[in-house]
Amino acid sequence: MTSYALVDSWTMTRRELAHWARQPVQVLVALVFPVMMLLMFGYLLGGGRGVEGDYLSYLVPGMLALTMAFGLEGTMIAVTRDLDKGVIDRFRSLPMASGAVLVGRASADMLQSALNLAVMLGAGYALGWRAHGGPGALLAAVGLLLLLRFAMLWVGIHLAMVAGKPEMVQAVQILVWPVGFLSNAFATPQSMPAWLGAVVEWNPLSATATAVRDLCGDAGATSASWAADHAALLAVAWPLALTAVFFPLAARRFARLDT
Amino acid sequence: MADTAITVEGAQKKYGDKKALDGLDLTVASGTVQGVLGPNGAGKTTLVRILSTLLRPDAGRIRVAGHDVVAHAREVRLRIGLLGQHAALDEELDGRQNLEMFGRLHHLGARHARVRADELLERFGLTDTGRKPVQRYSGGMRRRLDLATSLITRPEVLFLDEPTTGLDPRGRAEVWTSVRSLVGGGTTVLLTTQYLEEADRLADRVAVVDGGRVVADGTPDELKRLTGGDRVDVVLRDARQLGAAAALLPVPRGDVAVDADRRRLSAPVTDRMAALAGVVRALEDAGIEAEDIALRRPTLDEVFLHLTGDDRAGHHRMEEAA
Repeated sequence: MTSYALVDSWTMTRRELAHWARQPVQVLVALVFPVMMLLMFGYLLGGGRGVEGDYLSYLVPGMLALTMAFGLEGTMIAVTRDLDKGVIDRFRSLPMASGAVLVGRASADMLQSALNLAVMLGAGYALGWRAHGGPGALLAAVGLLLLLRFAMLWVGIHLAMVAGKPEMVQAVQILVWPVGFLSNAFATPQSMPAWLGAVVEWNPLSATATAVRDLCGDAGATSASWAADHAALLAVAWPLALTAVFFPLAARRFARLDT
Repeated sequence: MADTAITVEGAQKKYGDKKALDGLDLTVASGTVQGVLGPNGAGKTTLVRILSTLLRPDAGRIRVAGHDVVAHAREVRLRIGLLGQHAALDEELDGRQNLEMFGRLHHLGARHARVRADELLERFGLTDTGRKPVQRYSGGMRRRLDLATSLITRPEVLFLDEPTTGLDPRGRAEVWTSVRSLVGGGTTVLLTTQYLEEADRLADRVAVVDGGRVVADGTPDELKRLTGGDRVDVVLRDARQLGAAAALLPVPRGDVAVDADRRRLSAPVTDRMAALAGVVRALEDAGIEAEDIALRRPTLDEVFLHLTGDDRAGHHRMEEAA
């Protein structure tokens, strides 16, 4: 019954918020961790390879995109935990709107990511980073980042249901790191071997990072590759393509968990 | 409410090549407790998952609370409660939060969900658990909360899939008490179990399931009669005489069950009194000293082993259940 879809989705979102209230430290760590990464790469490891000009204006957009991509892990952990406890079975045996469980997951994860972005932008600002493109461009950048996170949401839900057990998620988690680092988040593709640079150029994360750099007026990235020149297009196309593939997969998998 | 709460006709379900249900038939009258007894892999959980709309059958006609589980899953879901093998609770939330959340998902509305949560906490003795998250509950408490959750809407039919597996004796007794009190309220209960004692205590009727079909169905007494009625038990003083004593019993040697650890023989008998007198006399004549001789009805254990023809595994289960 669709009339309950909103009510049930809100109940499921409330459930996630109640989890936050139960685990304030975890929420805090999730918010602070990307900031630590930003500080680490910005100061501890020094300037990025191949970056001309101000490294911070190159790094901050890269870290924002990386944070969105790594949101995948949080989604996977939450989904597998529910599956493992059998609580999903109970949800499915209730007369509730069938999509509400997924909507609750999506709302909570998107909210968490929006908070993540706010904290990261604040941290970047405190360190001296500035969005030079104006408020409109900054909003567009945030939109692109959340779009990437939205795609990662469905990838995460699907992978978690395929993996099943929390132990399997750890294996996937480990793979998330190389995929995250095989991007232009920290260093330009030009500084890498040609074949690696090509892979990096086409990483969805790189597209979002480059598009955000463009929107925020970073001059550090100079590139003549097609992917870099059309970063904004790719930053929209990649997440949409991923969502188009993984949303139906995840929804179908959820509807047929039993088989 | 109809007279029949559950009808299963020719239910089939395959996982790959493996037939989990192979033409299972079952009818459960309203307001009764139906036990479903079987070894691991007999198809008990598959049956419960199909009945509770979590799983689609490959074939068969299955109705629960007057509605078809495939065509009208939602109607069925409005009328059932499910208690799965693992407590299906949100472990990070406390008991009240769980009950309120599931109440809202049953569309009770916020206020009503709160009131109902209070009632159930009270009824299951969980009022003083406060804000403690479920992950810090004991096994018995968790199971009681699980049961409370499945009763939020006073379901017509309640499915309990091995409700006491993994609980200590105290937790098991708690759950048994709760289940018995439910039936007074008119709820139909279908309970799967590996514990024969549990089926014997709780169920009005018991269906023995093996290989995905019902191999026997009846009241516990009817089932006990299936194995051939009464048995005579003899406990000897000296285990070394078990063999000699077994030969004296008035039945074929193969029908005598010998339990060396307890120094006990057990054999089916037809004429109760004559058999008892005969055994006493024969033992006396042979100079074998008995500690105890008794006539008794067969236990469901024996029925179960008899029906499933799986002695070794059966003994193993009995030990676990003991």
